[in-house]
Amino acid sequence: MSRPELQAPPEIYYGDSVAKKYTTNTRVQRIQAEMTNRALELLALPPDGAPSLLLDIGCGSGLSGEILDELGHIWVGMDVAPSMLEIALEREVEGDLFLHDIGQGFGFRPGTFDGAISISVIQWLLNAETSSPLSAPPARLSRFFRTLHALLRNPSRAVLQFYPSSDDQIALVTSAARKAGFGGGVVVDFPNSKKARKVFLCLMVGEQSMPKGKDGVEGEIADEEAADARFEKRRQRLKERKGKKRNIKDRDWIIKKKEKYRTKGKEGVPRDSKYTGRKRKAAF
Amino acid sequence: MVRLLTHNLLACHARNCTSNNFPLELRDVSVALREADYSEDFLRGFIPRLEWPALVQAAKQLGEDSLPEEPLDPATATEEQLKALHHVLLEVHIEEGSMVCPGCQHVYPISNGIPNMLLAEHELARS
Repeated sequence: MSRPELQAPPEIYYGDSVAKKYTTNTRVQRIQAEMTNRALELLALPPDGAPSLLLDIGCGSGLSGEILDELGHIWVGMDVAPSMLEIALEREVEGDLFLHDIGQGFGFRPGTFDGAISISVIQWLLNAETSSPLSAPPARLSRFFRTLHALLRNPSRAVLQFYPSSDDQIALVTSAARKAGFGGGVVVDFPNSKKARKVFLCLMVGEQSMPKGKDGVEGEIADEEAADARFEKRRQRLKERKGKKRNIKDRDWIIKKKEKYRTKGKEGVPRDSKYTGRKRKAAF
Repeated sequence: MVRLLTHNLLACHARNCTSNNFPLELRDVSVALREADYSEDFLRGFIPRLEWPALVQAAKQLGEDSLPEEPLDPATATEEQLKALHHVLLEVHIEEGSMVCPGCQHVYPISNGIPNMLLAEHELARS
């Protein structure tokens, strides 16, 4: 199936039934939890363990918020899909929930949040839903990053995991973030794996050093974390084998086929000769 | 589930509404009380980020008048004062009502504890 963001705007795509399916699917739950934990790792909050005030951008049904709750953080979540928020209410997450379109910019006072995370959301900003220039992707991205930069404290970070469909999209998003004043860039986990590859936009307010992506090559990956990258080698091999298909319509095959037609009594079967099954010369 | 903590951070973000857009005025609100975990470190760290007069005013409107008029000092606040602050900030949830921008009169309705912060096309800030 094509990518969800190409099918419908988020508030329509995540209707009641999809929202329910999404939240109860254990595979989605596991992947979301893994990405949230990784995002928190990249967020590098102060190690003293005191609760921070975090922003969960595109919180959905609170799958990521639950993890923030467990760690004792105080968080504010926003999402544009009412069905998802309803489920979040049912699940009784601790954070404050807002119905908000992040492409419209945030309305928070400057310098109030200790950090922001966002799991699988930003790709939704890259589609134009109306023809108005105010809702074109560059305008939405610029409003989003400018207001995000303003509401974060100095120093702090925002870690945004997303699924870009091309390198151009990564470039578009990072340049919009740069223009808003963010430092940092893209961290890619398991860059060589098609399935486990995860792109994190790691944005920084103030001067900080850039974290490194996890690398999953040469089968060194130890534990569960890399479960997605485990069968990468085998998949690669299978793919290669499939590519080099033997040409089965060779001379033997043609002769066998002709024999069959002759025994069936079919008329006009060509004679066999030394030219049977030979390739023609190139025309020029 | 708008708590006073988040209310204290919220300003109107409609186009051209850049001054007199804070605090959003609470109207016709109904509140619910829910217990939350107390963390002294968080509160002490958070006091400097609060707009104190706005907080006191909003708390009074919701019937909570345990806060002093003068801002607490994060270094010297007593545990009793912090407990009161914790209650006001994190345990009072606004369930229904609306928030109105004092500048542009934009109404952000709150239903079921979730405020609707969506803007119409003509209210979007130019980027």
